[in-house]
Amino acid sequence: MDWDIVIGIETHIQLKTKSKQFSGASAAYGNEPNSQACLVSLAYPGVLPVLNHESVNCAIKLGLAINAKIASRSIFARKNYFYPDLPKGYQISQMELPIVGPGHLSINVNGKSKSVRILRAHLEEDAGKSSHGISQGKTGIDLNRAGTPLLEIVTEPDMNSAEEAVAYAKKLHELVQWIGICDGNMQEGSFRCDVNVSVKKKGAEVLGTRREIKNLNSFKFIKQAVDYEVNWQIETLEDGGKIEQATILFNPDTGETKAMRSKEEANDYRYFPDPDLLPLLVSQEKINEIKQSMPKLPDEMQELFEKELGLSEYDASEITANSDVTKYFLELVDSKANPKLSANWILGNLYSRLNEEEININQSPIDSSSLAALIKRIEDSTISNNAAKKVFDFIWDKSDITVDEAIDELGLKQISDSGEIDTLVDEVLKNNQPMIEEYLSGKEKAFNALIGQIMKASKGKANPSQVSELLKQKISK
Amino acid sequence: MLNLSIQSLSSHLEKKTFSSVELTQFYLERIKQYNPSLNAFISIDEAKSLSMAANADELITKGQKSALTGIPVAQKDIFCSQGWPTTCGSKMLKNFIAPYDAMVIEKFNEVGAVNIGKTNMDEFAMGSSNETSYFGPVKNPWDLDLVPGGSSGGSASAIAARLAPAATGTDTGGSIRQPASLCGFTGLKPTYGLVSRYGMIAFASSLDQAGPMAISAEDCALLMNVMSGHDKRDSTSIQRDKENYASKLNSPIKGLKIGIPREFFGEGLDSSVHNVIDSAIDEYKKLGAEIIEISLPNNHLAIPVYYVIAPAEASSNLSRYDGVRYGYRTKEYDDLMDMYFKTRQEGFGEEVKRRILIGTYVLSAGYYDAYYLKAQKIRRLISEDFTSAFKKCDVIMGPSAPSVAFNAGEKKEDPLAMYMQDIYTISTNLAGLPAMSIPAGFVSNLPVGLQLIGNHFSEAKLLNIAHSFQQNTDWHLESAKGFE
Amino acid sequence: MAIGKKDIEKIAYLARINISQEESKKLENKLIGIMSLIDKMQEVNTDNIEPMAHALDVSQPLREDEVIESDLRKNILPLAPETEECLFIVPQVIE
Repeated sequence: MDWDIVIGIETHIQLKTKSKQFSGASAAYGNEPNSQACLVSLAYPGVLPVLNHESVNCAIKLGLAINAKIASRSIFARKNYFYPDLPKGYQISQMELPIVGPGHLSINVNGKSKSVRILRAHLEEDAGKSSHGISQGKTGIDLNRAGTPLLEIVTEPDMNSAEEAVAYAKKLHELVQWIGICDGNMQEGSFRCDVNVSVKKKGAEVLGTRREIKNLNSFKFIKQAVDYEVNWQIETLEDGGKIEQATILFNPDTGETKAMRSKEEANDYRYFPDPDLLPLLVSQEKINEIKQSMPKLPDEMQELFEKELGLSEYDASEITANSDVTKYFLELVDSKANPKLSANWILGNLYSRLNEEEININQSPIDSSSLAALIKRIEDSTISNNAAKKVFDFIWDKSDITVDEAIDELGLKQISDSGEIDTLVDEVLKNNQPMIEEYLSGKEKAFNALIGQIMKASKGKANPSQVSELLKQKISK
Repeated sequence: MLNLSIQSLSSHLEKKTFSSVELTQFYLERIKQYNPSLNAFISIDEAKSLSMAANADELITKGQKSALTGIPVAQKDIFCSQGWPTTCGSKMLKNFIAPYDAMVIEKFNEVGAVNIGKTNMDEFAMGSSNETSYFGPVKNPWDLDLVPGGSSGGSASAIAARLAPAATGTDTGGSIRQPASLCGFTGLKPTYGLVSRYGMIAFASSLDQAGPMAISAEDCALLMNVMSGHDKRDSTSIQRDKENYASKLNSPIKGLKIGIPREFFGEGLDSSVHNVIDSAIDEYKKLGAEIIEISLPNNHLAIPVYYVIAPAEASSNLSRYDGVRYGYRTKEYDDLMDMYFKTRQEGFGEEVKRRILIGTYVLSAGYYDAYYLKAQKIRRLISEDFTSAFKKCDVIMGPSAPSVAFNAGEKKEDPLAMYMQDIYTISTNLAGLPAMSIPAGFVSNLPVGLQLIGNHFSEAKLLNIAHSFQQNTDWHLESAKGFE
Repeated sequence: MAIGKKDIEKIAYLARINISQEESKKLENKLIGIMSLIDKMQEVNTDNIEPMAHALDVSQPLREDEVIESDLRKNILPLAPETEECLFIVPQVIE
């Protein structure tokens, strides 16, 4: 039987602020336990929340980046439940009237583009951290993270495969870093996805019962968890079983998903408007002001690169898939390097070396000005494309050398002196009379072989296009 | 001495008739003598109070004195005060020493007022008789068999017995005004948002408001000058220019339009209290006021609405008392759940638990719309009644409480009867309006309070209206026998 | 919509309050009484009325994004029932 897979994603991103959502405690990661637990983080009697201005700006930026409506009036609510790392016994979140309304994000899977609808995004606060088994039978609570600003971004169930789920997560991950609202550090939990998965018979109208995989913090895990879960659900249904709504955890060690001990039915969060926080009003002027301050978005950049710089759709989308890469590319273009060549070099040689060494573009030993110099030497025919690759590898390992020094040192300067090339061509023609005849009798291949001979004679330094032109002239005479 | 106004105490301090240390000692002695029978204070710290007084004396000597410098003030034990036990009348916080000051405490400290002790109160401010305190009931100085009202019963008893010249209270549904009525002194609940709630332990956040309790309106005005003001640590604190509440006292009230809501004089009001209120209103007529009959048609819904909204907010506000980071934790437990259940069973008293349960119920799935949302809608109707009323009059007057002080134990087991104590006070909390209770006369030697309700931010006007009455009557100067 | 034993069990669980056998009956009677008082609200038609969550119609102030708090552990850890290595300790949470 054929099945449709239906996936929705809720992403929690930690906002890039200095202080917490509702207090002036540091929101930094990784400090000593409870050293950032202020009285508000600790939920001391009598203390009150005051919202961080920067978080609101971050939410507005996200809203603008996904073409969403920014609510002129939004409301904070309390989500009530007991847990030792939730000091107030409630989380401040937004329920009705979130700050960001419906929007969308387009993704690209196997060359097909698709728009994922985003239902809402709302501000809330993170909980603290529990470390289990601190000593026998005990759990330790660290409240440094309690109150860290979060933005939760919720999609409609618009994704239909693990690949699409990953593409969405990657696109969002890139976007939030691009607009500077999240550091994107997945190991530290700055970007975490809850993935809702259900399956239904192909073409069926009614959605199946969904299970929510909690807290996936890598793209690999999203892929693995969704694949596993989809298989499990299909098998269960095909065996005549029923899917129960559940919250499940993914175990990266086994690659399996498993339902959490189900206390869910007993949960009743009793949301109600937080009486400590008044309605949040956002003016159109404020939204405009933030819009002005924002960088061009990846999709806008892609369009610009295609239209203004003549990049292919593929190259433009690859270049704009990461803000650092885009920045590097723009630096090349600003240094007057040919845009198409620049894109080729980034996506070709530079990427393969970066991947080999598992570093990102900011750590590249060849900075944009060196690569720009190299590309210019190709454009002005000082070196051939092949020679440039040698130069690239050479300066990759020797960082304190300029492109021109490297060309000299490797003796790769291209021969463009027409007299010198003329002599070379004559020499080769003299020794290869049979090949000329083959060519003249219609065998095109012979022409390339002749060029090969000439290039060999020049030790690869002759300018190939010059050689080709000259050769053509001489044979046809 | 006992009936001296804050202003005269202050000028004596300035003239050095006596020092703040002497004044503080005088009140500490009275507390030592009378508190055992009244139980008005939960904690006294002589050394701390005297050292604050000594500091005040220094300020006075240096000429850096303001109206409250060196004046002893009793602080309701709901305000966190650094280094003092802050219990909120609960076993849950019986050993809690606050590591910080509430905004109200900070403000009194800044002007050099002396904290004379932390006063008893109904547990988490839930009660109208001060019988729910973990630290035992408070007695009414006018008759020790009677309750002082609540929840600010300790402060009320302290003012009535003259154990302090001034005190603070909080009012969520009448907790300043009803005890002021039952103990015979002047109390003001300001407009919601005028006094910062920072450091004031929350009961029902959208209703809680701190205010002054003292002998006279004039004293309350001076206390308000200190307590009020914007605080950026409280998101609901109002940004407004600071007013001098004492500056409008003595303005003529001729032509004042007093609205009398017929709903405040119907069934449930004790007829002798009714008579006292009538004579007080007659007094205002003599002063040139005009009486206008008005209606607050939804007032009878104030109690049902309040007993949805206040418990709902409280059920959430009190979730933080879980025995994890501070406060009481049960002695023996099997696991985390057991720890939560027992800690909260043992740490909270009956009334608090009842309200947490009601609040949980009205917010729970399936009941939210019928109860919580419905209550919020009726809250608007109640508030709009006042908006219409204030188009016709400048101030609304009526009783503060339906009866004089009642016997301890009388209503303790009957929550519904207890809740009726606040029938005239609750609607103003729902609407966020300022209101006062001032002594208006006696029924069988027990004080009766007149309630004055004003429009938002009309505290200065209300204080003036109260002051005019007190310039022409002496009810506020009557004090309980046995405490002279 | 009378509140019953089952409801009380459920809300007591949500509120994490243990209720002893002895308390249970008395509590039920009192809660029934309070709910009947509250049910007076149902007589009123509230169609098209905007709920009122705050007493004043004002908007939320915002705080500058600054770190103004410092390490409080010296003051706050001694107030906790149980701590270890600067962590608040509770019985093991089972997931």
